[in-house]
Amino acid sequence: MKLWLALLLALQCTLAGFAAHANEAAPLAEDPVVEKRMVAISEELRCLVCQNESLAGSRADLALDLKREIRNLIKAGKSDAEIMDFMVSRYGDFVRYRPPVNPVTWLLWFGPFLLLAGAVYVLVRMIRNSQRTSADARTLNADQRAKAQSLLQDPDKLP
Amino acid sequence: MKKAVIPLVLFLVLAIFLAIGLTRDPRVVPSPLIGKDAPQFSAPILASPEKSFTAGEMRGKVWLLNVWASWCTACLQEHPVLVEYAKRKSVPLIGLAYKDKPADSIKWLQRKGDPYDFTVVDQDGRIGIDFGVYGVPETFLIDQAGKIRFKQIGPVTEEALEKHILPLIRELQK
Repeated sequence: MKLWLALLLALQCTLAGFAAHANEAAPLAEDPVVEKRMVAISEELRCLVCQNESLAGSRADLALDLKREIRNLIKAGKSDAEIMDFMVSRYGDFVRYRPPVNPVTWLLWFGPFLLLAGAVYVLVRMIRNSQRTSADARTLNADQRAKAQSLLQDPDKLP
Repeated sequence: MKKAVIPLVLFLVLAIFLAIGLTRDPRVVPSPLIGKDAPQFSAPILASPEKSFTAGEMRGKVWLLNVWASWCTACLQEHPVLVEYAKRKSVPLIGLAYKDKPADSIKWLQRKGDPYDFTVVDQDGRIGIDFGVYGVPETFLIDQAGKIRFKQIGPVTEEALEKHILPLIRELQK
């Protein structure tokens, strides 16, 4: 009985600990609507200091400043597109994880499809070639047929 | 014979692309601001905070804006180059103390020497954001019409000064 009580108490402490952690992670005194939009926008943006991280995930000083700037723009009533323009006009298309489709990025956007088409073409040709050769191999000529026949009738001749 | 050549050609194309990739620095992000009007800003002057400097005051002049901070180690690297430049002084060099406490900036300049005509303070980094600053130091060359003509990302080296900045200044002053 005592053991059960102790276990229950321990469980409660752990849960309380989890709950405390969950509270810490919540945005601190920020408007949750603004915060949600800010995160959505900053996930589309590259952190310029650590380039393989999104702005949303980065704790770099500049990233924090830019997130603050995005919050201010949201509060000023700017649309998502306007905020994106704000960032692109300062840091270039490089900040966007989804580069715009324009003549410079055509190869980037459509290059993989070009490669796919090329690969499909090569594959089809290879399959056709191998079908033709295996079809040739399947029919035996008269000599081969006679040899096969004699081998089948007289197993001693088998090598 | 023909078939044997295809992988070789593919390999060569790939090798050329990779070789070009090796010569480029992925950390250098080309600024979209080049050829555009420099952002307008107004900021207190480090040495006399009651006065403020407005970028518009430099209209009609070619000038350099150097973004630096006392906490920035790469700034130490370019500092001697800037001090050397200050002796020749072809165009004004204005510092922007980016995200730095004014007291720290002043101390740094006293200790290392001050190559700047004057430095303005951008303590919260807002001016830096308008200029698309993402790493300190960065240096901007701004022409008479207030357009950004050149941006040096990272320390100004002797080579960058001689090969890019000074020739461009001479050209702009013609």
